[in-house]
Amino acid sequence: MKKEIPLLIVFVSGLFMAVQFFVPHASSEFIYEFVMEWSIIIGIFALALGIWSLVRVSVNKIRRRSENWPYAIVILAGLAAMMVFALAWGGLESYMFRSFFNYVMIPLHATMFSLLAFFIASAAFRAFRARTALATVLLISALVLMLRFNPYLGPLGGPEAGLAQWVLNVPNLAAKRAIIIGIGLGMVATSLKVILGIERTYMGSD
Amino acid sequence: MKRYVIVFSAIMLLLTAVGWGQDTAGVAAAAPGGSPPEPPKNVRAFDTPYDNGHSITLTWESSASDTAGSLFLGYRILRSDTPDGPFVDRGLVPAGATTKDDKGVKEKEEDGYFPRNHDFYYKVAAVTAVGETESPVVGPVQGVGQWYNRGKTPVAVAVVIFTGLTLYFIVRAKRGAVLYIRPLAGIDAVDEAIGRATEMGKPILYVLGLGTAADIATIASFTILGRVAKKVADYKTSLIVPCYDPIVMIIAQETVKTGYYNAGKPEAYNQDSIYFLTNQQFAYVGGVNGIMLRDRPATNFYLGKFYAESLMLAETGTVAGSIQIAGTDEVTQIPFFVVACDYTLIGEELYAASAYLGREPVLLGTLKAQDYAKALIIACAIIGVLAASFGWTWFVQQFHVGN
Repeated sequence: MKKEIPLLIVFVSGLFMAVQFFVPHASSEFIYEFVMEWSIIIGIFALALGIWSLVRVSVNKIRRRSENWPYAIVILAGLAAMMVFALAWGGLESYMFRSFFNYVMIPLHATMFSLLAFFIASAAFRAFRARTALATVLLISALVLMLRFNPYLGPLGGPEAGLAQWVLNVPNLAAKRAIIIGIGLGMVATSLKVILGIERTYMGSD
Repeated sequence: MKRYVIVFSAIMLLLTAVGWGQDTAGVAAAAPGGSPPEPPKNVRAFDTPYDNGHSITLTWESSASDTAGSLFLGYRILRSDTPDGPFVDRGLVPAGATTKDDKGVKEKEEDGYFPRNHDFYYKVAAVTAVGETESPVVGPVQGVGQWYNRGKTPVAVAVVIFTGLTLYFIVRAKRGAVLYIRPLAGIDAVDEAIGRATEMGKPILYVLGLGTAADIATIASFTILGRVAKKVADYKTSLIVPCYDPIVMIIAQETVKTGYYNAGKPEAYNQDSIYFLTNQQFAYVGGVNGIMLRDRPATNFYLGKFYAESLMLAETGTVAGSIQIAGTDEVTQIPFFVVACDYTLIGEELYAASAYLGREPVLLGTLKAQDYAKALIIACAIIGVLAASFGWTWFVQQFHVGN
């Protein structure tokens, strides 16, 4: 029974969600929205478990003086500070909470995101080394597209513009669509495996 | 007197000849704009098909006054509970339009509530700057919810065919049929990657991505994580799984624990190695990159749902000198993984990986069904291209999916 009941829940829920896609009636929408709201509520409770996990791992690191343990102090201090600012000093609108969010969190996120430009440059450098015929094709395609979309060169109307559009619309789109069709079929197959109870690893059992 | 009349007439004729007449004609042309517009014709109101019942669709033929260059403002939709009114304004539709869905929300307590199974009467008024002319009242009409969206029939047929194929191959596999599955380099490399980590005495980093437990990519990743955990337990290597989503973390803990149990080494399982990091995208990247640069894992797995962080993770892994195996169903992120990782599972290969790793006949059967379904899609695409090229559109129209 320990395994049968969860499997039955998965089967019924999965079947309902599959059927719901074809039923526009308000009753079907109501149940769907009800289930979605509950998943959000469960997610909020799970966040508490997540925070508990983070705290436990960090405390254990500090206690055992594991390698790089001072970072764990920074994590716990940041977590505690934001919680205190929000809970004790006027909620999410408090000056300290907003200041930390606007002047620490957001700049840090923006910094991380902006690093992506450099990561793209280094990855492109490696990828575009024309060692094989395929890598050469990749390099030429990339050069054509970079010429087309380089803002410093302005809008170009030469043959490279048409070629770039062709690369995007024909080989690129064809490959994308092939991958998307495969993904769609794979999703349905995986969903079927889960609904029918063939795939159970997510339940913690093979 | 008669002479004055003749002279005046002559002057008027002359003025008409030199252009005064054009001005007169302009005034005459403006005359229709000065009168109320013609009403729209053949107004129809009916229940919006295949919806939740909180909508009525109106169609009409354009008013004669709705012409290009005219000062026609549009059509006002008027609704009432009784044929005699009062009629409530339900919005102005721009000139040229001939249809409007009058819809609202289904929650009674909210503004804009649109009741189902309730009689409504409609009028459509043509609107100009001069005034409005209303059509005759149409109705009663009710919004009724449907139990089946016929517009999605092609999807239903495709699902039934694919489910049939899957079940057929599962049954065949159960009966002992040998199913050939093409090799996946990324999956073949899993054992090698775990072996390398064991030899180097370094941990393995497994990243489940930014997906939730409801994402198929994450579910597929759990399956691979289970197999990896079993091998990791066999080889006595350590495994680090930093999680983005708390529910994913809980499932990952259970999955890894089961992997260790299956390997017969439950005592080696360490719950602290599968932990929640943060649910902020770039903070998560910072955290995982920090782990890579400090702990220098021998092998990194990136399997699941990834967005902008894919390249940031994979490039940092390259800097750390790790073997990297990635897989995602996010089409835009696949090129980044291909460039930066040693092996990449492209799209559906991520879902196939669990069957490939397990080699269980039932799971292999689903892969075979996918292959046949793809062959069917390719055949339909070729027939569709040929049919459309010869002007036979019926075949292509059968694949049209409505809202």
